[in-house]
Amino acid sequence: MAEYKTPYAGVAGWFDQRMPTAMAEYRKHLSEYYAPKNFNIWYIFGGLAITVLAIQIITGIFLVMNYKPDAALAFASVEYIMRDVPGGWFIRYMHSTGASFFFIVVYLHMFRGLMYGSYRAPRELVWIFGCLIFLCLMGEAFFGYLLPWGQMSYWGAQVIVNLFGAIPLIGPDLAIFIRGDYVIGDATLNRFFAFHVIAIPLVLIGLVAAHVLALHDVGSNNPDGVEIKKKLDANGRPVDGIPFHPYYTVHDIFWLAIFLMIFFFVVFFAPEMGGYFLEWNNFIPADSLATPSHIAPVWYFTPFYSILRATTEQFMVVLAVGTIALSALLLLTVRNPIVRGGIAVGTLVLLLGYFTLDAKFWGVVLMGASVMIFLGLPWLDQSPAKSMRYRPTWHFWLLIAWVVAFVVLGYFGTQPPSQAGQYISMIGTVIYFAFFALMPWWSRMGSFKPVPDRVTFKPH
Amino acid sequence: MKKTITRLLVALGLLGAAGGAIAAGAAIPIERWPSDRATNFGSLQNGARLFANYCMGCHSANLVRWNRLEQIGLDERQIREFLIFGNQKVGDPLRIAMSPAEAKVWFGKSPPDLSVITRARTSFDFKGTDYIYTLLRGYYRDNSTPTGWNNIAYPNIGMPHIFWDRQGAREATLVSTHRHVDLKTGHAGFVQTTTVYDVNGNATKTETELKDPANESFAYTFKPVDPQQSRQFDADAADVVAFLAFITDPSQSTRQRIGVWVLVFLALFAVVAWRLNSVYWKNIK
Repeated sequence: MAEYKTPYAGVAGWFDQRMPTAMAEYRKHLSEYYAPKNFNIWYIFGGLAITVLAIQIITGIFLVMNYKPDAALAFASVEYIMRDVPGGWFIRYMHSTGASFFFIVVYLHMFRGLMYGSYRAPRELVWIFGCLIFLCLMGEAFFGYLLPWGQMSYWGAQVIVNLFGAIPLIGPDLAIFIRGDYVIGDATLNRFFAFHVIAIPLVLIGLVAAHVLALHDVGSNNPDGVEIKKKLDANGRPVDGIPFHPYYTVHDIFWLAIFLMIFFFVVFFAPEMGGYFLEWNNFIPADSLATPSHIAPVWYFTPFYSILRATTEQFMVVLAVGTIALSALLLLTVRNPIVRGGIAVGTLVLLLGYFTLDAKFWGVVLMGASVMIFLGLPWLDQSPAKSMRYRPTWHFWLLIAWVVAFVVLGYFGTQPPSQAGQYISMIGTVIYFAFFALMPWWSRMGSFKPVPDRVTFKPH
Repeated sequence: MKKTITRLLVALGLLGAAGGAIAAGAAIPIERWPSDRATNFGSLQNGARLFANYCMGCHSANLVRWNRLEQIGLDERQIREFLIFGNQKVGDPLRIAMSPAEAKVWFGKSPPDLSVITRARTSFDFKGTDYIYTLLRGYYRDNSTPTGWNNIAYPNIGMPHIFWDRQGAREATLVSTHRHVDLKTGHAGFVQTTTVYDVNGNATKTETELKDPANESFAYTFKPVDPQQSRQFDADAADVVAFLAFITDPSQSTRQRIGVWVLVFLALFAVVAWRLNSVYWKNIK
């Protein structure tokens, strides 16, 4: 093997001579990673998500130094951190605010993907890794929420673990296996602590690495949904691409400053955020004998929680009609007789299940499906144009209708059950699933605008 | 088209009205705690004194240490001499001698620890500070309860009126309007019940049937025997709430002071970052 001769001088040269990988990776991911020059504000949220992840890990390390994962001590140890540990309140409020901001940033990041078709070929894996990150994030938030050991921590965990009890046959035993006890207790707290501080974060960091590596292999999408790699200059670089560093690093630093202003405004002036970031009931220590009159998850879970609550005995009829309609549509579209037979049998099995198994079980299934359905997006979307810019305007309004359904479901998930809320949540659930289930058909329809060869860019 | 829009608006209005009806009911009118006391050392210290002398007969604040009160302008000697009973040290938490098990026998429920009470009592409907302010000032004599006391904010409360000597005797008038269905005749209508509790807790109840449908409501008035003493107690109650708010979230004032500087720094940093960004991007055509 020929001896490597570094092209760099000085310290960089000394380093590069001994470990060429470091500089090679720096070039690959930063100084020679060509990103489209037409990114807009929707492209800041990936970087912000990494920032929030860093905040959560660093503040988390300091919290673990003082937190006691013990049912008798946990609640007081959190207050100890906020009162007696120097700067402890700062660390704790950053962590609790960071949890909510993680979801805000990730939801906006995902909306960007929906708007510009970032999940379409060749970026399916980027999207799938992203969905898995989202799943991990939900797990991380759920496990972490038990740790302050307040009333909402306790009863929220009780409700969610009990959901596993709805699975036929193995359910009740599975719920006990997860809790390690017949009710949420010390054993549950200890295992949730283990999941929250090491198991899930390890997976999460691995997935984030996979997400970014996969992205840097295929290159970033952009608001026009145009592949910049199709137009290369004489040096083989995309003509519409610019090095990520320094152009997007300075760009992201500016937006990071704006983001931190909002973030720290909440940390310093409204850490409870009106009861949405820190729920009031969670300042009452967990009491296994006093069930709160109204148990609501933290806001970021409420859209999915609403879907769970909307799935009642009554809703099974709607679900059955929806399933029949979807399978009829599939039977009309698909030609392969084996697939058609499978669809028919599957539909019958589902219909039989809807009216024999508990509605609660189907609520759990729908809640799970509402999260997992994102994984199918790259194949559900059959639109000839990636970006909403070149798709029929009504496609965009359909997406907005879905977002409205998501937000409305979220709102009613925070509220105590009510008749009106119940019906609205049912409608929201129908819109939520219809958007995805009918996507293979509606995404082809309408008149598409011509997609340009190159990105549209206006110099600053 | 216009008709459709009108219909839609009417439907929305009905929905809104339905939502309002659910939210209304006969909620207890919660009064506003004068929040300017939260930053007043005189108020906070008076609140601390009342808390140590009255509340701590039954309520602990185990998550708070005595020397935390240095933050409201007291020094160690003052805390030791004026606030601590018994042999606790200034570094000890605000513990009490009464055991929860005994308390449960005496009051039916162990009095809660008050360390984070103003947060714990906050809800989407009202602030915990306002609720406790209303509660502390909402006692009236009622012979029908075991303690001889009742409360408008917490009906049939187990806690007696601990500040009765400071507030002085009062006559209470409770007016409640509610839907009433006669189970024998099936006749439904609205009834207004006025109950007057005299200073000894004897109730006089008058019921009048209303001709027109009304909204369910609850209102109360107190007539103190000595209005000046009662007003003085309002100030004391506000101070106790100020102290409770302080121990619930002692970092609040520090947080807000530092927060301003953090935001100022970030704003300046954002300007620099914005200019830097422009310098780099002006070459991108």
